[in-house]
Amino acid sequence: MAVLSFAAAINSALDVALGADPDVFLLGEDISDPGGGVYNITKGLSTKYGEHRVRDTPISESAIIGAATGAALAGKRPVAEIMIMDFLGVCLDQLANHAAKLRYMTGGQAHVPLVVRMSAGAGVQFGAQHSELLEAWLVHTPGLKVVMPSTPAAAKGLLLSAIFDDDPVVFIEPTLLYFGGAKEEVPDGDVRIPLGRARIAREGSDVTLISYGLHVHTCLAAAATLHEAGLEAEVIDLQTLEPLDLETVLTSVKKTRRAMVVHEAVGRAGFGAELSALIHEALFDELVEPVRRLTGPNTPVPFAKPLETAFVPTAQAVTTAVNRLWRGKLSPA
Amino acid sequence: VAVGVMVEPGMDVLLGMYKVQAKIAAVDEQFRQRIARGQVSLVYYSPRGQECISAALGARLRVDDYLVTTYRGLHDQIAKGIPLPELVAEYLGRSSGTCGGKGGPMHVTHAASGVMVTTGIVAGGLPIANGLAVAAVLDDSDRVTVVCFGDGATNNGAFHEAVNLAAVWDLPVIFLCQNNQYGEHTPIGRSMRVPTVAQRAGAYGIASARVDGNDPVAMWHEIGAAVDRAREGGGPTLIDALTYRFYGHILGEDLAYQPAAEREAAIAADPVPAYRARLITEYRVADSVLREIDRDVAVEVDDAFTVALASPEPDISSLYTDVVAEVTV
Repeated sequence: MAVLSFAAAINSALDVALGADPDVFLLGEDISDPGGGVYNITKGLSTKYGEHRVRDTPISESAIIGAATGAALAGKRPVAEIMIMDFLGVCLDQLANHAAKLRYMTGGQAHVPLVVRMSAGAGVQFGAQHSELLEAWLVHTPGLKVVMPSTPAAAKGLLLSAIFDDDPVVFIEPTLLYFGGAKEEVPDGDVRIPLGRARIAREGSDVTLISYGLHVHTCLAAAATLHEAGLEAEVIDLQTLEPLDLETVLTSVKKTRRAMVVHEAVGRAGFGAELSALIHEALFDELVEPVRRLTGPNTPVPFAKPLETAFVPTAQAVTTAVNRLWRGKLSPA
Repeated sequence: VAVGVMVEPGMDVLLGMYKVQAKIAAVDEQFRQRIARGQVSLVYYSPRGQECISAALGARLRVDDYLVTTYRGLHDQIAKGIPLPELVAEYLGRSSGTCGGKGGPMHVTHAASGVMVTTGIVAGGLPIANGLAVAAVLDDSDRVTVVCFGDGATNNGAFHEAVNLAAVWDLPVIFLCQNNQYGEHTPIGRSMRVPTVAQRAGAYGIASARVDGNDPVAMWHEIGAAVDRAREGGGPTLIDALTYRFYGHILGEDLAYQPAAEREAAIAADPVPAYRARLITEYRVADSVLREIDRDVAVEVDDAFTVALASPEPDISSLYTDVVAEVTV
């Protein structure tokens, strides 16, 4: 065990994978030393494993995803980095039309065991083109797996599973966790967390808060406040959106009979809409109140600090919304 | 081989290329006739007129070399060696097809023959070809990857990103432009300002060649040079192979965008019978030898269609499989 930051845990997972399997290699913009990427996530790896396995690319996201796809078809386990999630816009053809569909289109002949890593989310005033969460695009594409960790240990364990998974996995790293996330004990070596399993981040009996990535922490902060007001919120960290651990969600909501989905991506046709529909379809008669969503508004992400802050779900907004869900029965938090 | 010494193709290569051309033309003929008669239904992008390029390609590649092609890929797929019954069955959406009928004419893969990807997205295959080539580099293998595409693809960003990355990484990849003069319905002169596709290589610092794609011997030389360069670590090549498609972008479309005289002239210069005649006059092949090849091809193609058409359509249960790896609990 070592106490690692979110960034160091990702670096550790890449290090372990590169060390364990010669078929693993990394590619992306600026990822080699001395910098190890714009966020220093891959620092030290090109020095340790060589620039043939930690490959710098031009600023060519289609070429990056395509090269990863082709190498994966030929038996490699590439880990591509496209820096920021909004850049999916310039390489989505390679990801959605090729990597995601090749296993199916080839009748199972092709396996595309690649990982695409990217940072994502608002909070550092990068403006509308460097701050979005676009997970809904990805879960709407059959053939892709979608992972968003919330803690250092989860990041390492899930990334190792993603790298050794036989399908294309998009691995979304909340940018704010690079900077402000808490450190925690992370297992040494190749310790994997399976894809498709949610984590109960906090147990509770009165309401279920469901989130992933950064906003698991938003929900946990809200749950602490709600606890002081006498209400026990269960917080579910989905960890992977596809495959989705619906069973853990439904088990919790059966118990609490009230649920709210919290995510930063815009609410319209967002992942919360899908999850809400799934819960309603399964548990309509058992719900005391309809499932609520607390999401980013239907706007691009703004630059100015007060606007950006207003865009992002906060713990206070969660507690207020939970109070509404309970029809104001709670004492104000 | 000493510099300047031109190795000419042997008789086995010359006849092999003819057989592949004849096979492509015969399969194409069957598809077009059966579609016209309403016997089969498929979206069909005829490769007729472009056979020589593929025949030369097939003669220069090993089975374990990789090929990436496009929706107009029947000729490439045949030349790379996909067994005809499975190939035809895939075009017809049958369960015995290379992809169990889930790919169709635009998405044929047959890994055993090295046909790794057939894409329906113009220029979409080029970035993937780089990845196949990267794998060879990482494995220290001398396998090469060829990606075929049309002239229209060279106006797409993926072409430029991919050629540049291949150049920067010195990849063993060959960018084979089957320049049939049209990107869908628009002639090349209205889609690009530079006179040739070949000179686009100069922008990326890689080798290039411009060649008559309807001359199989010239193609054999150029592809051979590019394959040798790639195998020996000399990096990528862009080949601009000039040709013409006889039946437009998609079979059955209104060809008003093409001057009829231009098309008729191309068909009059049909490269398949032209090469057959050349084998007799220039290479002194007996007509009886070629007649035997023609007979063999006719039987093989007839058999392939018979087998493919006898194959059942896929079971509906296969709709739900192969989305992701089967989970074994």
